[in-house]
Amino acid sequence: MAIVTTIRKSCTVNPLKMSQPVGGALAFMGLRNTMPLLHGSQGCTSFGLVLFVRHFKEAIPLQTTAMSEVATVLGGYENIEQAILNIYKRTKPDLIGICSTGVTEIKGDDVEGFIKLFRMNHPEFTDYPIVYVSTPDFSGAFQDGWDKAVTRIIEALVPAQVLARDPRHVNVLPGCHITAGDIDELHEIFENFGMEAVFLPDLSGSLDGHIPDDFTPTTLGGIGVDEIVQMGSANWTIAIGAQMSAAAQALQARSGVPFRLFERLCGLRPNDEFFAFLSEISGRPVPAKYRRQRSQLIDAMLDGHFYTGGRKLAIGAEPDLLYDIASLLHEMGAEIVAAVTTTASPVLEKLAVDEVLIGDLEDLEIRASARGADLLLTHAHGRQMAARLELPFFRIGLPIFDRLGAAHIVTVGYKGTRNLIFSMANLLMEHNETYHKPTPDSWRRAAQEEAV
Amino acid sequence: MTSLNAKIQEVFNEPACGVNHNKTEKERKKGCTKQLQPGGAAGGCAFDGAKIALQPFTDVAHLVHGPIACEGNSWDNRGSKSSGSALWRMSFTTDMNETDIVFGGEKRLYKAIKEIGEKYDPAAIFVYQTCVPAMIGDDINAVCKAAAKKFGRPVIPVNSPGFVGQKNLGNKLAGEALLDHVIGTAEPEYTTPYDINIIGEYNLSGELWQVKPLLDELGIRILSCISGDGKYLEAAYSHRAKAAMMVCSRAMINVASKMEKRYNIPFFEGSFYGIGDTSDSLREISRLLISRGAPDKLMFHTEALVAREEQKAFAAIEQFKVQLAGKRVLLITGGVKSWSVVAALQEAGLEIVGTSVKKSTKEDKERIKQIMGEDAHMIDDMTPREMYKMLREARADIMLSGGRSQFVALKAAMPWLDINQERHHAYMGYVGMVDLVRQIEKSLYNPIWEQVRQPAPWDVNGESWQKKAQAAPAALPLAAE
Repeated sequence: MAIVTTIRKSCTVNPLKMSQPVGGALAFMGLRNTMPLLHGSQGCTSFGLVLFVRHFKEAIPLQTTAMSEVATVLGGYENIEQAILNIYKRTKPDLIGICSTGVTEIKGDDVEGFIKLFRMNHPEFTDYPIVYVSTPDFSGAFQDGWDKAVTRIIEALVPAQVLARDPRHVNVLPGCHITAGDIDELHEIFENFGMEAVFLPDLSGSLDGHIPDDFTPTTLGGIGVDEIVQMGSANWTIAIGAQMSAAAQALQARSGVPFRLFERLCGLRPNDEFFAFLSEISGRPVPAKYRRQRSQLIDAMLDGHFYTGGRKLAIGAEPDLLYDIASLLHEMGAEIVAAVTTTASPVLEKLAVDEVLIGDLEDLEIRASARGADLLLTHAHGRQMAARLELPFFRIGLPIFDRLGAAHIVTVGYKGTRNLIFSMANLLMEHNETYHKPTPDSWRRAAQEEAV
Repeated sequence: MTSLNAKIQEVFNEPACGVNHNKTEKERKKGCTKQLQPGGAAGGCAFDGAKIALQPFTDVAHLVHGPIACEGNSWDNRGSKSSGSALWRMSFTTDMNETDIVFGGEKRLYKAIKEIGEKYDPAAIFVYQTCVPAMIGDDINAVCKAAAKKFGRPVIPVNSPGFVGQKNLGNKLAGEALLDHVIGTAEPEYTTPYDINIIGEYNLSGELWQVKPLLDELGIRILSCISGDGKYLEAAYSHRAKAAMMVCSRAMINVASKMEKRYNIPFFEGSFYGIGDTSDSLREISRLLISRGAPDKLMFHTEALVAREEQKAFAAIEQFKVQLAGKRVLLITGGVKSWSVVAALQEAGLEIVGTSVKKSTKEDKERIKQIMGEDAHMIDDMTPREMYKMLREARADIMLSGGRSQFVALKAAMPWLDINQERHHAYMGYVGMVDLVRQIEKSLYNPIWEQVRQPAPWDVNGESWQKKAQAAPAALPLAAE
């Protein structure tokens, strides 16, 4: 049982947190042929763009209403109008997703009202999908922007009516910690249970890194607007990560589709629950393939526990990712000595640690150093701290801009967990070989220090 | 805000700017930044530009006053290198929340400055204004002044909120902050007749260190580099330099020209990209120093060094000629680089099928014509789609550009090299240019191209775009002019 504390200081040093609008924009990037649009100064978009380009190593569709100082003071209707018209003229997306930012929220732009007025002034856009989500920079974090955007997409596109259910059809609402690689893996699992899953959002077709047939200025793939409209015909909705519970509830409220929330999909027990549930709703036994994978995971845990057992873990991540991965390591014998996150969440207090801080990487560094951490997990911005403290450093979350393959790091399922354990154990072995070779004086020095 | 507006007008009025000479007063007031098009723009904002210009100062704590977006989404993203302090790579922000918005963020900013001073003891703290606190009226000038007085440490306000304009304006506003608060506030221990400033050079990938040994050999001291691998104190006493070189032509022209006016430091605009340009720049530095009292023999030494280095560089490039002869390069960059690397590429036998002039001045365009001939392909604004088409149809063998367009080339399975700010290779001076040619050769002759362009066995012959690209006739006319 953890106590969640918000750090009280005036200067955030080495932020862990990123802003809501970019989280919202990423959710829109999981929709096919879509253009996300940030309503703010051009820099809001440009920084988000660079962030995603560095992480995904892909061209990123992201536009701006390019609010100038004057436009900001006068209000942004003209900018929204021009932006929609320009984007439509240039790229003909199936949907435009608008996220607000700090500047436009302070001015108090009524974007919903702007969109209504825009549709009146341009009747050809009466039924054109434009989804707006309010995501001020000065509250919440990346994860909040993502879940708000998904909830708004459901409210805007899924009709409020109960449809005939297709027993094979499943909706999946993945949190922002679920990678394109995770979605590919989950797709296959559902297929093997004879089910067909649609993911909202689906980054597996848009930001998985592939060679498109032609140049596309909008998202390369993802879930289609037509598929979202049909989500009410699914038999079940599966939400992954506590952040998705609002979206799952919204979908249930509109269409009556029941949901089941899985807070974790990494680890033995969470996957036992997950596979048992799939077996139950599909009416099929767990395929032999996954029984074998379960057995392999157990073997990996046995082989890996030598390296994770007794490890002192310092971890910084958004709540759902933090809860999932830190819990796995705890189950593998690691002690969580420092945990820092970005925003409030009901899962935090379940973490096996005394205290979870809502803070920054400076807070994590101070605690990691004071409590003798010997394993660091966070996003790529942990690299300076890892170097200073000479910690073995395993990158999780977003951004990972200094390594390749971030979109294909898989942590879900028995297989994903197995591979994660291997990667982590290998890192720890290599670190030991580099930094902790015993010398004739290793124990002598320790004994002498003790004597002093 | 009025003082900021005045500052922006002042920057737009830059007398040393060639473009400005040809403008009416009314046009000048409008400034050089084009009106942005909503839904059609994606460049950096003025805050971004200010941070780019100043962050390479290594012993400074760079504090961003604003909500998390401005710093949290973008920190530790610069390729500058430091020979000393790593403080510049750490990230400081007031991370404003709703309470700060309601009650104003000045108090938090003041406390943040205090915390940084106590914890990290930086040579100075640069405070960057952003849109949100600018809107709610936080007066960072006043806070910085009070904090500097109270804590006895330079606290420099950088007034360049994102929504006042584009990146380039931010570069200049950053320069104004240096002129107003930093330059001329300290004295060097000693001066020499060989002291220069380098302005607008950011030491990306450590490339300044490709040129520094040459300056060292000539006995020329970089008194201050603004701002690559720079230290606060060096900038503070940079007004004692004898001459200055302005590197990135548009970024900090105001710093060079105002230092000339205030401190009588003559400057020239030069580049270390390209062999001829490196030589010209070295000569120009020497000429200016001699005009300020350095001995005449400096030019003799410079000429000897230039001759030696050019010969070495051309000999090194010569080795690549056989491999590179006739290969076609599409150069998508801007400003100085639109012509300064061309000569070296031509020397290696490469053919330049197009160079972008979107960010180039009239002078830049004249230089392109001189080097590439009257019928030089100058591309003003090529859309990604056109670039993709050109590469896909194989009208160029390799594209050199910035990170923004990298995926256009890579997705077309075409060789690509990063020659802009995010690059991982250093391409400055003689050694840098040889390395650029080497990298082009490595990239063109990497065996992957043959494989990645092969269609899958199950694709019907001739239908895949890869097949079409390979079959495309060599010399189609350029579409994008």
